[in-house]
Amino acid sequence: MPEAIMKVFRGISREAGEFKTYKVPVEEGMVVLDAIHYIQGFLDPELSVRWNCKAAKCGSCSAEVNGYPSLMCKTRMDRFPEGQEITVEPLKTFPLVKDLVTDVSWNYEVNKKIPPFTPKPDADWTFMQEDIERVQEFRKCIECFLCQDVCHVLRDHDRKDVFAGPRFFVRMAGLEMHPLDALNRAEFLKDHAGLGFCNITKCCTEVCPEEIHITDNAIIPLKERVVDEFYDPVLMFFKKIFGKS
Amino acid sequence: MNKVEIAVAPEKLGATARNDNWWVEPALVATGFTIFIVYATWRGLFEPQYFEWGPYLSPFYSPRILLDWWHWSPAILVLWVPAGFRATCYYYRKAYYRAYFLDPPACAVGHLGGDKYCGETTFPFVLQNLHRYFFYLAVAVLAFLWYDAIRAFDFHGQFGVGVGSLIFLANVVFLSFYTFGCHAYRHLVGGKLDCFSCSARTKTRFKIWSVVTKLNEHHMLWAWVSLFSVGFADLYVRLLAGHVITDIRLF
Ligand code: SF4
Ligand code: SF4
Ligand code: FES
Ligand code: FES
Repeated sequence: MPEAIMKVFRGISREAGEFKTYKVPVEEGMVVLDAIHYIQGFLDPELSVRWNCKAAKCGSCSAEVNGYPSLMCKTRMDRFPEGQEITVEPLKTFPLVKDLVTDVSWNYEVNKKIPPFTPKPDADWTFMQEDIERVQEFRKCIECFLCQDVCHVLRDHDRKDVFAGPRFFVRMAGLEMHPLDALNRAEFLKDHAGLGFCNITKCCTEVCPEEIHITDNAIIPLKERVVDEFYDPVLMFFKKIFGKS
Repeated sequence: MNKVEIAVAPEKLGATARNDNWWVEPALVATGFTIFIVYATWRGLFEPQYFEWGPYLSPFYSPRILLDWWHWSPAILVLWVPAGFRATCYYYRKAYYRAYFLDPPACAVGHLGGDKYCGETTFPFVLQNLHRYFFYLAVAVLAFLWYDAIRAFDFHGQFGVGVGSLIFLANVVFLSFYTFGCHAYRHLVGGKLDCFSCSARTKTRFKIWSVVTKLNEHHMLWAWVSLFSVGFADLYVRLLAGHVITDIRLF
């Protein structure tokens, strides 16, 4: 049976932690999470990992495999050439708890601040498929936070103080484009969620396991809505004169 | 957003655990852009004598604006429109923020520069928000290019087809696919609506939005194809006007 060389991060802090190497027998159809489970089961029972569904649907098993933010349960071992070392590290952008487990609770705090779905008082709750199709794409999100991890505004510039991150632009796009929602979140997006910090470099879209077109379908349309309210001089002029657009 | 413990130390440019060839894409993009920018600048600024041959008017010199007091190349009066349109285009922004500004050079790879990052919130990048105005101007220029492309089939009042006519036609089609797949246009035409089925007008806008969305899905492709075709159409005119090649008349 072929063997994979797994280099896995171990430790309770990034400074004091280290990579440990394990040899894991590879079977057909195996994913990186299986290899981690093998290590836990047979080589090192103290290895910590968060997971739940092993079906790429719960969003728990996010990690960095060979430096690339990935779901461990969706990353097949046969993607890597035989004999190549496979490194598995915790998400870089969030505080480490232990080994492969990070504390992603900052995301839940951000989420709480978003003005929630607010239906129009006279809402007719039947609507057409074409009106909800855009929103359905965003509802596929499994909150794996891989997009948050890879986004350089959070990862490299550490602007958690001003920037909500792509996952929450996806959520807000779903609210803003909802046919029954009555709120306008343009100001919140600009001044509190830091939409302008995104430079649309699309890494969030590249890593999203649900293949949500985060940048093209959520972020850019939101940026355009913010332009309507705050940057387009002609529209702003008309709005001043005639009130609501 | 509330401040949390800093989990990441700012990393150096290029720092990554990725072991694939992540640098290939930014390197190719930077090379492609640089070649085009150098070529277009040279052609636009220093070669105003080679702007036309027969029925073909170089797209860099169209529309032809002649002003008495303007002593420099007439291309300068036009080129700022497509240049501004592309420089503020959402695709090009992604491409040059990565390839030129290296912020980030690729995903999960350390960036260039310090910690003063402001994205598109401050001058000059906040001006990217005016992209839609460049779209309006670009549509006006595109109308002239369509006129030129039709004129490229007119050989002294006779309908004819030269290799150049086909190059001009292909170019203007690619440019249209690029221009009308614009994100700002997608928003203006229907993306800004929350309800597509609410009235006859919004239903029509939904139909246009759907077509624009189809073009928009391949916006990067059309950005590159049209960049190449516009440069090639100009080069073709340049070579004809400089008597380096001759146009083949197909009929
Ligand atoms: S496109 Fe914007 S939100 Fe997405 S990763 Fe890049 S900077 Fe972050
Ligand atoms: S948008 Fe995609 S990458 Fe981001 S949290 Fe949702 S599923 Fe994960
Ligand atoms: S274990 Fe649920 S997404 Fe991987
Ligand atoms: S977004 Fe590319 S042309 Fe407008």
